[in-house]
Order: sequence, then structure tokens, then C-alpha cells
Amino acid sequence: MEISMRALVTSIHGMGFGALFILLFPVALVELYRLSSSRWTSPPSPAELRVARVCLLAMIVLGWCAVFMGAYVIYPWYRAVPPIGTADLAHYPQQLLMSSRRTIGWHELGMEWKEHLAWFAPIAMTMVGYVFMKYGSSLYRQRQIRAAVLAFTIVAFVAAGITGLFGAFLNKNAPVRGGALITLMGGKSP
Amino acid sequence: MTDPGAVARTSDAVRPGPFTLPSGHAAAAILAAGIGSFALGVFALAGDASTSMARLFTFYRPTGPLSGVTISAIVVWLIAWIALAVPWGGKSVGMAKITWAALVLLALGLLLTFPPFMDFLEGK
Repeated sequence: MEISMRALVTSIHGMGFGALFILLFPVALVELYRLSSSRWTSPPSPAELRVARVCLLAMIVLGWCAVFMGAYVIYPWYRAVPPIGTADLAHYPQQLLMSSRRTIGWHELGMEWKEHLAWFAPIAMTMVGYVFMKYGSSLYRQRQIRAAVLAFTIVAFVAAGITGLFGAFLNKNAPVRGGALITLMGGKSP
Repeated sequence: MTDPGAVARTSDAVRPGPFTLPSGHAAAAILAAGIGSFALGVFALAGDASTSMARLFTFYRPTGPLSGVTISAIVVWLIAWIALAVPWGGKSVGMAKITWAALVLLALGLLLTFPPFMDFLEGK
């Protein structure tokens, strides 16, 4: 069982940082709403506040890791230009997608949107994390701040979701290939 | 970090009354996030529409203009945050207008990065 270095790095970017970031959204949304809701009848426990803070902090770190790794490690592999006369474009995902009318949309809409859209999520969640750390559950007295924080969180969720979806489809249509082969497990002889 | 809300709610049971942190820090962070998002949209459009801007935004050649577009947007966001936090920190500011301004800037930023809208603005 082998995997190429580029495929492994792409998996860490998408399935590691990106997917974990998205998976934490429901927790963050529920905790933000619950801890800052005016319907509260008792103060949140320190453990509940700690969960929310750890969740938001993890999202900030994961979000920034995902976008920087995507832009500075994987994107250069994606947009690599093949030498003139190259017939096999398998190692040049952008060129491979743009070589056919059936796949060009994955680049022109998918990648061109994803490469910018992704950055909205960590910017928004950094703000949300900061505001929550600063104000804690006293947000329940600040309706406008709470509304803005929840709105930015939802937008970040949607942006990350669209980005992840296009990432998965792009990787399905034109995976980033190449690099050293890493053997994960030795197989039995057929 | 202590939670001001928890303290407030505990004390509310004994002594009712408003307990609110000044909104200035949150307002600065929220509006700066809107400004940063809008900057990202504007820079993305500029990098896509003009080859000279694309060259200018190429901070790191393997990544191309995306490097400059995103780094510039982050710089604008952080500068805006500091510039707003200095005068607003510790004060209460009108949140309604700031929230709406931030959300409008965020929506415009998102729209400007949507490729069909970019193409429309560029007349493609």
C-alpha cells in the first residue's frame, strides 16, 4: 500500500485541516448560540466555556493551516506548467482540466472560486474566536455583537463547505500527483 | 480567562442591573473582518482583471498572484483591526451600523470573488 508524497500532503490539507475545521463548525455554532443566548437560566460552567474556547482556538489554527498549506504547498503543484510538447498532463492538474470542454469548468469556476473563497473562513473565525474569548457568555447582553458573530460563523461555514466540496471534486477529476512514493504497508503476494 | 458573562449572571440574581463590557473591541474586530473580506474581493478582482496587477501581486512565483492577493488582504485586515481598536477599545460604540457595514462588506467581498460575477465586471 503506497501513497505519493503529494497525495499525502493533499490529504493532510483536505482531510486533516479542512475536514476537521468543517467538522468543528456544528460544535462552534451550537456552543456560541447556547452560551450567548438570552434564554439562559443558569450561568455556563467553566467546563462548557472551556469546550467552546478550545473548539474556536482549534478552528482558527486548522483554518489558517489549511489555507496556507493549500496556497503555498499544493496550489503550486496544481498550477505547474508542463514543458512544451508534453502529451501526458496527468502531473499538471490545471492544464489537464483546461484541456477538455468537459472539465474546464472545474478549474474556471471550482478552483478560481475556491482559491479565494477559502480565506474568508479563517478571517471570520479569527474574529469570532477573539470576540468570544474577550466577551465570553456576556455576549447574551450584546444582541448586535452576537448577531454579527453568528452571521460571520455561518458565512465561514458555507465558505469552508463550498471550498471543501470543490476541493474534493477537483481532486477526483485531476488529482495532484507526483513526489516520492511512501509505503504505508507491505502487501501479500497475489 | 475569566468569563464576564458568568460573573454578571451570578451577580444578577442578587443585584439586577446591566453588566456589559464596552462594545468597542468587538466592533473593531467585526468591522475589520468585513474590511479584510472586502479587500480580499477587490484584490482578487484586480489580480484577475489586470495582468500588471497580477504581476504586482505575485509575491511568491509558484503560487502566482494568489500570494499577493491574500497576503495583502490579511495586511489590510490586521491594519484595519489595529486602527479601529485603538480609538474604540474600552468604549461603547453603536453596534447596529457597524454590524450592518461589516456584513455588507463581507457580502461584497464574497460576491467579488465569485468567478461569474468577476467575468461580468470584466466584460468577459
